[in-house]
Amino acid sequence: MSSNNTAIRVENISKRYRIGSQEERHHTLVGSALKLAMQPLRNARNLRRLTKFAADEIESPDIVWALNDISFDVQRGEVIGIIGHNGAGKSTILKILSRITFPTNGRVVIKGRVGSLLEVGTGFHPELTGRENVYLNGTILGMSKTEVDRKFDEIVEFSGVAKFIDTPVKRYSSGMSVRLAFSVAAHLDPEILLVDEVLSVGDAGFQSKCIGKMQDVASQGRTVIFVSHVMQAIRNLCDRTIHIDQGRIINDGPTQQVIRNYLTGDSENQIAERVWGDKHTQPGNSGFRLLGLRILDSDSNTAQAFRTSESIRIQIEFELDKLIHEIGVGYDLFSADGSMVYRSYHYDDIPEQWPEIQLGYNRLECVIPAGMLNGGSYVIRLCVLQQDIKWILNGTPELSFDVEFDHSRSPFFFKLRRGVIAPVLEWKRSS
Amino acid sequence: MNSSNSEDKSFVTVIDSSAKFGWWKYLQEVWFYRDLFYFLVWRDLKTRYAQSVLGIGWAIIQPLFSMLVFTIVFGNMARISSDGVPYAIFSFAALVPWTYFSGALTGAGGSLITARGIITKVYFPRIIVPLVAVAGKLWDFGIGLIVLFGMMAYFGFGLTSQMLLLPMVTILMILAASGIGMWVTALAIQYRDISYSLGFGIQLLMYASPVVYPTSMVPERFRLLYNLNPMTSVIESFRSILLSTNPIPWDGLAIGLFVSVLLSVSGAVYFIGMERKFADVV
Repeated sequence: MSSNNTAIRVENISKRYRIGSQEERHHTLVGSALKLAMQPLRNARNLRRLTKFAADEIESPDIVWALNDISFDVQRGEVIGIIGHNGAGKSTILKILSRITFPTNGRVVIKGRVGSLLEVGTGFHPELTGRENVYLNGTILGMSKTEVDRKFDEIVEFSGVAKFIDTPVKRYSSGMSVRLAFSVAAHLDPEILLVDEVLSVGDAGFQSKCIGKMQDVASQGRTVIFVSHVMQAIRNLCDRTIHIDQGRIINDGPTQQVIRNYLTGDSENQIAERVWGDKHTQPGNSGFRLLGLRILDSDSNTAQAFRTSESIRIQIEFELDKLIHEIGVGYDLFSADGSMVYRSYHYDDIPEQWPEIQLGYNRLECVIPAGMLNGGSYVIRLCVLQQDIKWILNGTPELSFDVEFDHSRSPFFFKLRRGVIAPVLEWKRSS
Repeated sequence: MNSSNSEDKSFVTVIDSSAKFGWWKYLQEVWFYRDLFYFLVWRDLKTRYAQSVLGIGWAIIQPLFSMLVFTIVFGNMARISSDGVPYAIFSFAALVPWTYFSGALTGAGGSLITARGIITKVYFPRIIVPLVAVAGKLWDFGIGLIVLFGMMAYFGFGLTSQMLLLPMVTILMILAASGIGMWVTALAIQYRDISYSLGFGIQLLMYASPVVYPTSMVPERFRLLYNLNPMTSVIESFRSILLSTNPIPWDGLAIGLFVSVLLSVSGAVYFIGMERKFADVV
C-alpha cells in the first residue's frame, strides 16, 4: 500500500474524559455545614479538573478512556464501517476525525476536505425560511455561499419541499424539515465523509433514499467512514468494518466477517453448536435443563454458513426432570440489524402435528425452509415457555449463522435486495 | 465539481495532541469560514425580533427608556452636571455605545452555550461564535445612532468635521467589546458563574463608566484607574465628538486603545487555547 494513497491515518489515538466521582459524605451537622461552606472551593476545583489532568493521571476512578490507543489507516476511496455497542467509542472517533473534540494522545493525518454528518439539520432555525436554512446549514457544514448558490436548485428538488421553500421551517412537518436538512447534507461533496447514525431518522422510504444517496457517494470513489447500529446498512455500504469495544479495536477486516464476530459476541459463541455437559450449569429451571443447541445443514453437520437455497435445521436438546404442563419450546430469529424475523414454537400447528415431549431426554428440530431468508446474518435466541405465561428461557442462549443469497433462478433476481426475507413467490396472470 | 475535488487534494489536516498550535493555520481557517460568520450574524439579526410586534423598535426602546429614567432621576432629581448640554442628550449619547457594549457582552457570554447544538456536531473555528454576537449588535447600534442624530437635530446640534473621528472611536468600542467578550465566553463555558454574574457585573461597570455623570466629576487622582475601563474614553469621545462638551480625551483614548488591544489579544489567545476543550465541557 503506497502511503500517498492513504486518506486518513490514525496513529495511537486516545481520548480521556473525566466523569463525576463519588464525593465524601459527612454525617454531622458541623461537617455538613463545613462542607456547604467549602462547596465553592470544591466546585472550582472540580470544574477546573474537567480540563486539567495531572501528568501521571492515567488510572483514576473518575477517568474514562473513551478511546485507548486506536490506530488504523483508511485508503482513498474506501468505505469503512464502525460498529460497536453503545459507549464503545464509535462516535468519539468521528468526533476526533471531524475535529469537534481533540485527542488526549496520538496523531491523525487527513488528506482531503472533510465533511462530517453527525446530525441532520445542525443549526436549523425554526423562524427562518427553508431557503434561509439551506444557506445557514450549508455554511455550517463547511460549504461556501457560492457553493450553496450553485447547488441550491438541486438541493430543493431532492428535498421535495420546493413549494414551501419560502415558508418558515417552524410551519413544516417534522418529516419535511428532515428531508430538507438531509438534502443539504447529501449535496455536501467533500473528499472524505464522516457519517454517524443519521440514517436512523425518518421513515423507511426516506431511509432507503438516504442509503441510496450514500451508495452514490461511495461509488464516486470518495472516502467514507460510517458509524451505525444498523448492520444491514453497514453490510450494504462498507467493504471493511472496524469493531470497537471499550475504546479499543477488537476487529478490523472484511465487513461480513467482522459483523459475524460482533453478533456472536465472544469467541466461545463463534460456533454452530453449544453443549452443556455439567448438570449444574445447564440453562433452564423448573425441571427443564438445556443440553445442547446446534445449527445443522441437510447432511446433519453443524454449520454456520449457508446458502439460501439450502434448508437450515435448528436442533434443541434438553432434559425434563419432571413433566411441565403446556411447555412451549421455540426460538426467536433475529436479523443482523436487530429486527425480529419471527418466533416459532413446537406447538404452533394442530396438536396432532406436535412433536412429543417426554420426561427425560428430548431432541426437537425445526427446519427453516430453503428459499425463505434473505442473505445476511441471523441470530437464533432460545425461548422456552410454560403455560404461555412463565418464561423458562427467554432469549438465551443464542447462536448465529450466515446466509448467502442464491436461491432465485431468475436472471433478474440475483443480487441482494432489501428486506429481511426474500421469498420467491408465485405470480400468475389473473383473469 | 471536478475542479473543486482537485483543489481538495491540497487539504491536509493534522490533528496532533503533542503539536504546537499553528496560528497561521488557524487564521486561514477563520478566513475559510467567513461565509459562516456572515450567515450566523445574519441569522442573529433575522431571528432576534422575529414574531414581535415592535420588531426592530426593540433596538431603541431600551436606551430610550433608560434615558428617560436617567433624565428624571439623575438629571432632574439629583441634578447631576451634564457638561452644559441637556441631560437627555447627554445620557443618550452615552447610552448608545453603552447599550452596544453591554448587549455585545451579554450576547457573547452565552453564545457558546447557546451554540452547543452546533459545536458538539460540527467543526469550525469556535472564535467565530462570540464574534458573531459582537458583530450582530452593531445593527442595533446603528439604529441607536440614527435616533441619536435625530435627537441632536431636535436639540439644535449641527454636524461638525470632528464627526469624522466617530468611526475610529466605534472601532475602539468594538475592539473593547470583542476583547472582553472573548474572555467572558471562554470562561463562561467552563464556569457558569460568569454567565450568572455577567448581568450584574455589566450594571456595576456602567456606574464605573461616565454614562449617568460626566468624567469631570471623577477626582483627578483616580483618572488613570478610571481610564483603564476602555468604555470611559469611548463614551467621553462620543460626547466630545457629537456634542462638543469637552476636547477629545486623546490621552484617555490612548489608554483605552492599549487596554482594548491587550484584552483582545490575550482574549483571543485564551479562547483559542481553550477551544480544543469546548466540546468536552459545554
